[in-house]
Amino acid sequence: MGIEQKVGNMGVVTTTLEEVVNWSRTNSMWPMLFGLACCAIEMMSAQASTYDMSRFGMELMRASPRQSDLMIVAGRVSRKMAPVLRQLYDQMPDPKWVVAMGDCASCGGVFNNYAILQGVDEIVPVDVYVAGCPPRPEALIHGIITLHEKVKQEKLGKWK
Amino acid sequence: MLESLKPAVIALQNEFGAEVVEFRDEVSLIIQPEKNIEALQALRDRFGFNFLIDVTAVDYWPQETPRFHVLYHVLALDTNALLRLRVPLNGNGPSLRTCEGVWPSANWYEREIFDMFGIRFDGHSDMRRIIMPFEWEGHPLRKDYPLGYEEVEFTFNFEEINQRKLHPKI
Repeated sequence: MGIEQKVGNMGVVTTTLEEVVNWSRTNSMWPMLFGLACCAIEMMSAQASTYDMSRFGMELMRASPRQSDLMIVAGRVSRKMAPVLRQLYDQMPDPKWVVAMGDCASCGGVFNNYAILQGVDEIVPVDVYVAGCPPRPEALIHGIITLHEKVKQEKLGKWK
Repeated sequence: MLESLKPAVIALQNEFGAEVVEFRDEVSLIIQPEKNIEALQALRDRFGFNFLIDVTAVDYWPQETPRFHVLYHVLALDTNALLRLRVPLNGNGPSLRTCEGVWPSANWYEREIFDMFGIRFDGHSDMRRIIMPFEWEGHPLRKDYPLGYEEVEFTFNFEEINQRKLHPKI
């Protein structure tokens, strides 16, 4: 307020460290390619031209976990795939977030049996659950924006 | 049945003691487990059945003994004749000789039968599970395997089920 009136002409803006770091984290969050089943098609179409996710900063999808910060679990996770998913989650560097996309990743979906994990939150901590079978691309983008708002409220003391 | 099937069916009946079951146009032959490889080899070499479509199994517990039937479906591509062989097996962990020597593509089919039903194949080159994780116990497609579903959480039992559920270590 006060100081910006004095030095604003020189192109200086004052803010808090929390805000700047959270803003930069949300605006360039790169998801990891983790499309397992049918929800992957909706994730691909959310990334493509009609429902563009690059508008929100998710310009690339990195296949390598070492270079991504968001894991969108799109699709059903079988018991054979579960240790693989946990290993990839462990390989992602902090800070990292997980979006459980679709019903199968949130709660097991239509598959209530011995072979499918009943919700991916049995093995990784999930930040945002997106419902739908599959969720429309707009629903996924709504979930991503909810995650952005969650990240913008993170506090200094709780940063990993 | 089709005319092209008749010589094969009659020969298998006489040589291997197969029973014939016909349903509309489909022909199934029931063969005893000791003779399965010889029957398949005769079909492949002498009667021109050159395509193994499927090797699968069915569990008829508790209505019938013997409990398992292993099914082979073979097709003759030239005459479009389809034949089914049933091999009845009993017991908890029965074993059968592998037909990988006759048709190498039976490799994965027999691994799937071992994974889902527990029927071992003697002489198989790679007898391990193919669908379930390697350390899984139990054979899922048997009729006495539990369904393995999770209990539905309502408001009245939410807390007690939630304590028993798995939660990740962060």
